[in-house]
Amino acid sequence: MSELIPALSEAEIAAIDAELSHVPVPAGAAIDALKIVQAHRGWISDESLNAIAKHLGMSAAELDGIATFYTLIFRRPVGEKVILLCNSVTCWMKGCDALQQTITEQLGIGMGETTTDNKYTLLPMTCLGACDKAPVMMVGDDLHEEITAQSLQALFSNAGSGGET
Amino acid sequence: MPVIHIDGQEYEVEAGQNILQACLSLGLDLPYFCWHPAMGSIGACRQCAVVQYLNPEDNRGRIVMGCMTPVMDGAIFSLNGDKASEFRRTIVESLMLNHPHDCPVCAEGGECHLQDMTVMVGHRDRQYRGKKNTHRNQYLGPLIHHEMNRCITCYRCTRFYNDYAGGTDLAAMAAHDHTYFGRHEEGVLQSEFAGNLVEVCPTGVFTDKSLMKGYTRKWDLQSAPSVCTGCAVGCNTLPGERYGKLKRVHNRFNAEVNGYFLCDRGRFGAAFVNSEKSLEYPGLRGEDGRFNALDHHSALMHMVHACHAEEGKNKVAGIGSPRASVEANYLLRLLVGAENFAPGFSDREQPLIELALALQQDSPALIPDIQTIESADAILILGEDLTNTAPRIALALRQSVRNKAYELAAELRLEAWQDAAIRNLAQDQRSPLFIASVADSRLDDIAEDRVALAPDDIARLGFAVAKLIGGENISELEPELQARAQAIATALQNAQRPLIISGTGCGNAAVMQAAAQIAQALCQAHNRAMLALAVPEANSLGQAMLTGPGAQSLAQLSKRAAAGKLDTLIILENDLYRRGPKASIDALLANVANVIVLDTLDNATLSASSLALPAASFAESEGTLVSMEGRAQRYYPVFVPRQERRASWIWLLAVMKESEREEVSELHSFDDITRACASDIPALSGITGAAPDAHFRNAGLKIPRQTHRYSGRTAMRADVSVHEPKQPVDEESPLAFSMEGLNRSQPGSLLPFVWAPGWNSNQSLHKFQSEVGGHLKGGTAGARLLLPATGTSASTATQPDATLAPSAPQQPGQWQMVPRYKIFGSDELSVHSPAIAELVDPGFIEISSDDARALGVNDGEGLVLNKPDNASQGELLTIAVATLEVRLNDSIAVGCAGYSVGLAGTEDIIAADKLVLSKADNWKRHKPQIIGSDGGGSTGGDHV
Repeated sequence: MSELIPALSEAEIAAIDAELSHVPVPAGAAIDALKIVQAHRGWISDESLNAIAKHLGMSAAELDGIATFYTLIFRRPVGEKVILLCNSVTCWMKGCDALQQTITEQLGIGMGETTTDNKYTLLPMTCLGACDKAPVMMVGDDLHEEITAQSLQALFSNAGSGGET
Repeated sequence: MPVIHIDGQEYEVEAGQNILQACLSLGLDLPYFCWHPAMGSIGACRQCAVVQYLNPEDNRGRIVMGCMTPVMDGAIFSLNGDKASEFRRTIVESLMLNHPHDCPVCAEGGECHLQDMTVMVGHRDRQYRGKKNTHRNQYLGPLIHHEMNRCITCYRCTRFYNDYAGGTDLAAMAAHDHTYFGRHEEGVLQSEFAGNLVEVCPTGVFTDKSLMKGYTRKWDLQSAPSVCTGCAVGCNTLPGERYGKLKRVHNRFNAEVNGYFLCDRGRFGAAFVNSEKSLEYPGLRGEDGRFNALDHHSALMHMVHACHAEEGKNKVAGIGSPRASVEANYLLRLLVGAENFAPGFSDREQPLIELALALQQDSPALIPDIQTIESADAILILGEDLTNTAPRIALALRQSVRNKAYELAAELRLEAWQDAAIRNLAQDQRSPLFIASVADSRLDDIAEDRVALAPDDIARLGFAVAKLIGGENISELEPELQARAQAIATALQNAQRPLIISGTGCGNAAVMQAAAQIAQALCQAHNRAMLALAVPEANSLGQAMLTGPGAQSLAQLSKRAAAGKLDTLIILENDLYRRGPKASIDALLANVANVIVLDTLDNATLSASSLALPAASFAESEGTLVSMEGRAQRYYPVFVPRQERRASWIWLLAVMKESEREEVSELHSFDDITRACASDIPALSGITGAAPDAHFRNAGLKIPRQTHRYSGRTAMRADVSVHEPKQPVDEESPLAFSMEGLNRSQPGSLLPFVWAPGWNSNQSLHKFQSEVGGHLKGGTAGARLLLPATGTSASTATQPDATLAPSAPQQPGQWQMVPRYKIFGSDELSVHSPAIAELVDPGFIEISSDDARALGVNDGEGLVLNKPDNASQGELLTIAVATLEVRLNDSIAVGCAGYSVGLAGTEDIIAADKLVLSKADNWKRHKPQIIGSDGGGSTGGDHV
C-alpha cells in the first residue's frame, strides 16, 4: 500500500516543485502539495504530512492546521470513491436524511465510514452549489442531481459485486 | 488627548489606544477574551462589543468591536446600552454551548477569565438543548495539561505560542465548531515558554500539571512577591503555597522586566523547594561519619565554637554564593573578613563575572532592561545562547525584531495594537539580528545572519565590527568574516537603538570585551547604543559588586587550605562540586577540619561537611538579588520555613551575635543588614531602594499574603490538633501571613497576588496598572544599580592588543570544548523539580558529522574525552575527563565540540580546554527515558 512508503515519490516531488515555482514563499504551495499527494495516495497520512512539511520548510503542526481545515483533504484513508452527500438547507428540506438512511442500508456504512470492499466512503458535505437540483451528492468526480431512493438503488445496485457507478 | 463620550460621560483618553484599552484604563468593565495587552487585537472573539454613534443625533448606533476601534476625539460610545449588553451576553451564551460545566473539577476554576466574563455579562440559563462537542486531549509533556473541551477558540494560545514566542508545534486544527488547538501528534511542547499558556488561556484548556497533582484553588493559596532564582534575568514571580508546599508559580508583572511572561525553568523549576532532598534539621557529623540531627541552638553553638579564632590558631574562611542573597553573603563576608571571603564562583567564571560588571560599569552605553531591549532595532549577539542562559531575553528579542514591522505600520498609520494587520503587512521583514555563536541557537529562525565560530573567532569578529564603526581598517581579518563584519557594522550604525548582547556563556573574556568595544564605538559615533551582558546566576552580579575585583578565588583558598592555614570553612548555599573538578574540591574540603555548610537541598558539598545547617529557600526567606541588568530586587517569604530551617542571614547573624561581634551590635533585623550593606559597599548603596522596609504600611495596614476568601484555616491542621495555631508574625517585612490588610496600589515590589472585584483571574492585573499594559500604580519593582557611565574615556573595553589576525591553527586531533547550555538541566536547582527532571537528558557531547566520521562514531555512541597530560614526557599520555554520548550537530564551529553544561557526566570539563576525543568501547546508549506521565492515568486515559 502506498501509505507504507514514508517519503514522497519522485513524481510527487516533481509536481510539488512545479507548484513551488509559482509561489513567492514555499508555504504558499501547501494546499497544492496536499492535493498532489492525496491524488497519488488517496489520503494524507502522518508520514506524508511530515514529508510534505519538511519539503516545504513548514512545521508539521502548521501544515496539519491547513490539512484539517479543508474537508476535502483526507487525514484518514478513504475508499476508492468518496460519496459527498449534501446536507445543507435545500437538500435537508428535500429529504437528504432519508437518502442517507438509504445509502447506509444499501452499502452498510454510516457517515465517515468506508465499505469493507474499500469501494466507498460516505461523508457529509455542506452545499455542492446545485441547490436548484436538490437533493444532490457527488460520487467520486460525478455530480448526481435530484437523487431519490430509486436512483440511489440503481446507482449502488451492484456495489456489493464491485459494479460500476 | 482625545475626549470620548461613553454612556453620556466625557473621558479624556490616551491617543492611539483602542476603545477596549481606553475602557479598561478608565476602570470600566468591558468583557474581552482574545485581546491581550502584550499581543494586541485581532477582533476574533467578538466579546468587547460596544455601540458607536455617528453623531449626537444618531440614536441607533452600530455595534463595533472595542479592541478594533481606535479612540477618536469626540467619538460617542455606549457600553451599557441594551444593544451592546445583549450582544455581549449572547456571545458568552454561544461560547458556552460547548463549554463543559466542569468548573468544580477544573484547575482554572476560581481564577477563570471565562467565569468572570460569564458573570459579568449576566449569562445564566442555557437555552440550547443540543449535545456538547467533545474532543480528545493530548499528552503535551510533563508541564502542561490539555483539556480541549473547555476551549472557546479565542486563539490566544497559538497567538502567544507561535506569533509571540516563535513556537512551531502548536496549531489550530480543523474549523468551525470543531476547531482544535494542539500538536499534530502527542508529545512534549517544544517551546521554552509553553508554561505561559497556563496564564494566557482564558479558561482551563492549558493548566499547570504540577499544580493539579496537589491542587489548591487560587483563593486558598498564600503568596508573596518573589524573584526567580533560575537565571540572572530576575523575572518577578508570584509563588503560591498551601500546606507548606510550593504549589505553583505565576508571573508577577513588572513592566520593565518580565512583563506578562516567564520561561518554563522559572515557572516550573521553583518546585525544587518541595524536594525530598530539602534539609529540615541541622546535622553534626559524628565519629562514625554519619550525621546526627541537632536542634538549632546546639547547631548554632557548634558553629560559634568552630568560628572562634583563638590566639595563634589559624583562620576561618567563607565561601559565599552567587545564588544566595546579597544580605546573606554580606553577613558571611562580615563574619570571616573580606580577605577570607571567596564569592563562590568557579575559578574560570570569577574573572569573567568581574569583567562583566566592570564593562557595564564603565560603558557609556545604556544597560537595558527587558522593556528597553524590546525597543532595539538592530541586534548583535556575541557568543551567548540566550534561550538557554537568559531565556526571557530571548523572548524579548523576538519582539525586538518586530520593530521593522511597527515602522512599516507607522507609515500606513496602523496602530501598534493591530496585530493581524501588522503581521500580514510585514510578513518576513524583521529588524536585523546577527548571531555569532559556537553553534546553532533557538533564535536562528529570526536572525538575518548567523555564523558559528570558535569563541576566539567570535571575539575577532566583534573587534572588527568595533573597528569598522570607529573607521579603522580590518584587512587582517579573513575576507569572509570581513564581509560579515561590514554587514553587521552597517546595520548597527543605521539603527536608532542598536543593542549588543554578550555574556559569560561561552567562557571567553575577549568576546565580552569585543561587545563592550562595539557599544563604545557606537556611542562615540553618537548612536544610542545598548549593552547587555548575561551572567550565570540570580545574584552573580550582586556578588561581584559585593566583593569588588580581586576577591579570593577558590584556587587561592585551596592553596591556603593545603598549606594548613585554614581551620574552618563556612560554605553558604553553594555546591562546590559544580564549581571545579572533583579532585580539587575533595582536596579543599579534606584540608579543612571544620566544614560548615548552609544549604537548602542535600548535595555533594553538604555531604562532605562536618556541620550542615538547613537554610531556608527563596520561598521561605527574604533577600535581595541583583539581576544581570544591575537591578536589585527583593523577595519575601511565601511561607514560614519548616522545622529548624532558618534563612541563611538569620543563622549568620545569630552566630555573630553569640560571638558578641562588635560589627553586628546594631543589627537586629533584615532591614538593618540591608542598610549596613548599602552603607558599607558603595556599589550596592542602592539596594535599600529595592523595596520599602518593614515599617511600610498601606493605608495604615500590612499587605496580606492571603486572599480575603482564604479558607479552611481552622481545619487544615485538624488532623494534628483541633486548636488553630496563631498565625505567624512577620516582623521583617510589610507583608502579613493573614487575610487582613490592603492589597491595592502599593509599590510593585509588594504585590502578593492580583484580584479585583469581578476579576478573579490574572486579568485583574489591569486594575493594578496605571493604564492597561502600563506600569503598576505603586511603581515598578526594583532599583537600578548600574547607570550609564558619563565619560567616554573609559576603558576596560579597550583591549590594546586586540588582534584581528587568525590565531595559530589548533593542534590536529584536539577539540576545543565549548559550553552548550540547556534551559532544563544546566542550572543547579530547577532539576530538583519533578516536572523539570522529566525533561533533563543525560550529558552529551556535540560534534559535527565529519568529525564523527573521522572518529568512527555515530549519533548515540560514546566518546571518551581525554586531557593531554603535559607533565608526561615522550609519548603522549592522556587523562580521561569524561565519557559522553555523541550527538551530531553540523552547526557546531569547526574544531569545537560542545558539552552539555551542568548535565550529569560533564562536571570535570572546563570551557576552552583542548581535549583529545576517542571512541568509547563498551558504551551503552542511554535508553530512552520512560517518563512518568507515559504510564497512563495522569491525563485520564483520554489519549488519542
